[in-house]
Amino acid sequence: MVRAVNPRAARFVTSLAFLGGLTLVVVLDRTGPPVSPVSTLEVRFTEVARQAGIDFVHQAPALDPKLDNVAPLVAALGACVSVADVDTNGWMDLFFTNSRFGAPNALYLNRGDGTFREAARQAGLADLNRAGEGVSMGAVWGDYDNDGFEDLLVYRWGYLQLFHNRGDATFEDVTEAAGLRHWMNANAGVWLDYDRDGVLDLYVGGYFRSDLDLWHLAGTRIMHNSFEFATNGGQNRLFHNRGDGTFEDATEAMGVGSTRWTMAVASADFNDDGWPDLYLANDYGPEQLFLNRQGERFELVDAGLTGDSKSGMSVSLGDLHNRGRLDVFVTNISERGYLFHGNNLRLNFLPELDRFEETATGAVADAGWAWGAQFGDLNNDGLLDLFVVNGYVSGDRDRDYWYAMSKVAGAQGNIFEDARNWPAVGSLSLSGYEQSRVLVNRGAEGLQDVAEATGVTDEYDGRSVALADLFNRGVLDVVVANQRGPALLYRNEGDPGRHWIGFRLVGRASNRSAIGAEVTIEFGDVRQRQVVAGGMGFCSQNDRRLHFGLGDAARVDRVTIRWPSGRSQVIERPAVDRKHVVVEGEPVAVRD
Amino acid sequence: MTDAALTSSPPAPLRALARINPKYLIVFLITLVLVLGQARYGILGGYQPLVTALGICLLTEAVLSRLMRGRVANLSSAYITGISLSLLIKPQANILWPFALGAFLAIASKYVLAYRGRHLWNPSNFAIAFLLLTASRHVAILSHQWGNEIATNAVIWVFGLVIAARARVLHVTAAYVLSFVALAVARNLVIGGPLVVELAPLTGPMYQLFIFFMVTDPRTTVSTTRGRVVVAGLVAALEAAVRLAGDFHLSLLRPFYPSPPILALALVGPLAMWWDLRRRRRAERPAA
Repeated sequence: MVRAVNPRAARFVTSLAFLGGLTLVVVLDRTGPPVSPVSTLEVRFTEVARQAGIDFVHQAPALDPKLDNVAPLVAALGACVSVADVDTNGWMDLFFTNSRFGAPNALYLNRGDGTFREAARQAGLADLNRAGEGVSMGAVWGDYDNDGFEDLLVYRWGYLQLFHNRGDATFEDVTEAAGLRHWMNANAGVWLDYDRDGVLDLYVGGYFRSDLDLWHLAGTRIMHNSFEFATNGGQNRLFHNRGDGTFEDATEAMGVGSTRWTMAVASADFNDDGWPDLYLANDYGPEQLFLNRQGERFELVDAGLTGDSKSGMSVSLGDLHNRGRLDVFVTNISERGYLFHGNNLRLNFLPELDRFEETATGAVADAGWAWGAQFGDLNNDGLLDLFVVNGYVSGDRDRDYWYAMSKVAGAQGNIFEDARNWPAVGSLSLSGYEQSRVLVNRGAEGLQDVAEATGVTDEYDGRSVALADLFNRGVLDVVVANQRGPALLYRNEGDPGRHWIGFRLVGRASNRSAIGAEVTIEFGDVRQRQVVAGGMGFCSQNDRRLHFGLGDAARVDRVTIRWPSGRSQVIERPAVDRKHVVVEGEPVAVRD
Repeated sequence: MTDAALTSSPPAPLRALARINPKYLIVFLITLVLVLGQARYGILGGYQPLVTALGICLLTEAVLSRLMRGRVANLSSAYITGISLSLLIKPQANILWPFALGAFLAIASKYVLAYRGRHLWNPSNFAIAFLLLTASRHVAILSHQWGNEIATNAVIWVFGLVIAARARVLHVTAAYVLSFVALAVARNLVIGGPLVVELAPLTGPMYQLFIFFMVTDPRTTVSTTRGRVVVAGLVAALEAAVRLAGDFHLSLLRPFYPSPPILALALVGPLAMWWDLRRRRRAERPAA
């Protein structure tokens, strides 16, 4: 028998619960993730670009007037920075790309005294932004001919350009001879040795279709045809290094010709089979993982990535939880009220589960309109942190384009594929004036944003970020390239008391740059893996010397190096607070 | 046309359609949207939101109807609300509380925000509008589109229009769409630019859910055909006003800009219902 409930009491209880629910929504929305106090001694940055002699200011491309209504959105790429020891003096140098016809790229050679000398013109790397040739969108360093000097691939909206380092910090354009004079509207590039033959191959990500000359357009139907599943971008290309200074197109043969508007690429051995794989962050589409099948072909696998379609901008690799695995951080877009694509922090469970597990929440997921990001132990505590730059278009502070864009963003793809159909952007902002995020790894407490407390407060439209021990002090400094803005150098002023260890690897049977080599260090119960990358983040490349923070540990038990050649090398109890130069197959030398 | 033709019965499929309770046709339609959207475009972004929103909607409806009305209500309405919420709410990564609380508030609003025994808000409209206005740090509205395929759009529109006709709410859909188009043209005359930009939202899934499930909800529309047409027009008019404010960057109304139709309905709908119920009450009173 149904027992009647007092209607008034029921109504009262229901109303109370309803009010509680309304209140809870408001409270939960205002509750941010907990942030532990950050010691300024632990992580602190001082912006010193000007004092260090770095006065680079990026200039955006001026494209075909047919795109004028969306010019601020389309011409919003190209501020990039890559790190290498160009003149082999033991100090890391910086290369910045510029993107307007006539605007020079910049090569800052590190004097070793805390300052840099601009040398792009003498090096032959300045005047690369020319009508009919294209404008620079990024660059990656790699010793493609194994002569001991870092060469440079500049990818552009236009022709690719390969520069051979003569060994005296001057460069020769060898594009034509190398067989790389291909017009690609590219925004990503990475060196890797996919067939492990000891010479570096090249993978370049196309963004706009390669049949488009963005300064002489026949029409305006050039945009993506979907915000989530677009496949009408430029085709990515894989160039196989024949070992004689020339490259051949291996895209079709290897099955890696994605046309998903690739924004960033990283390469590493994700599934521990000894062969370098490719991980793509695609704008307007899902990320893609191409597993390398013994250098004979790549296979596009699901790996838990295909059901999560967003706007990937950057790929960074790091062993977040010291599991001896390379996890993946991919930046995306978040804007309050309009869009929460959210960054992805994907833990690598490929070897056992054939998939990644997405774990980003809170400040990790929402870094605004995020672009470049890098893993690095910024406070030398033995845990990898994240530095994320952001901001798309900073125009008027009180008027933005989000509402205008929302009119077309949810519509049929045929409409917004035509740039002419987009509302005029004019001087509006679109996720402008955002502050970079410094996400410090607190172990079990997760990653916490401490940017403000560490002195990272700029509001430029950050694109590319690279980490490097620029002053050889045993800490990672941060270099940021800003779109239409000045380059920034955040000098790390953190606690010098913590221990660290560094490795510069030199390949012998492997490629000389040791790109693809993995170093795993073990101390206490910590086991951390890092990879020497031929490009990482968004249009950037870090210091390829691997840097490990050790916290209070004054001893490293073991270091295992897995070279691209397949050779393994173990170093027992190396000295800490040192950078070790390790030549493949040779005993370890110690460098102060 | 002969008299025989005029008096002959409709084809068998249509006769079968006519026998089905419109409520279940709408259940079928939203399931179709869900299945198509998920299968082709992964529109849910994982199954946890669906399980959370649908589960809590069904549970809340069962408990509250039992508690307040002494019997468990038909759960088809809660089913539609649960699926609508799982499709339309797009929160910050990996958080489920907007689905959980949105589902509870949507169903509870039927029992709390009522006048003369009728709830005033469409449940999912109330929940989404509240979340968008008070929790914009964590909640956004569906911004996906159906890829670049006209076919998916066509399937939804064809089924939607047939079912709206069978449910006798086609006039509401038509009134809203025609008003939207007319006002979009008018706005375009004011602000300039390509007209297609102003019409474009209609081609997206968010509007299809709005047009076929929210603005047409028989439980929260006024009692007369003329009244429903007027209300649909008023919703479109308020939406156009919000959009015009957005076109001129009026910062005061910024919280409304991510989803003008949802918020316009949340304002116009209950007022119209209240007015209609009050009018009917007066009409029912015996003459003095």
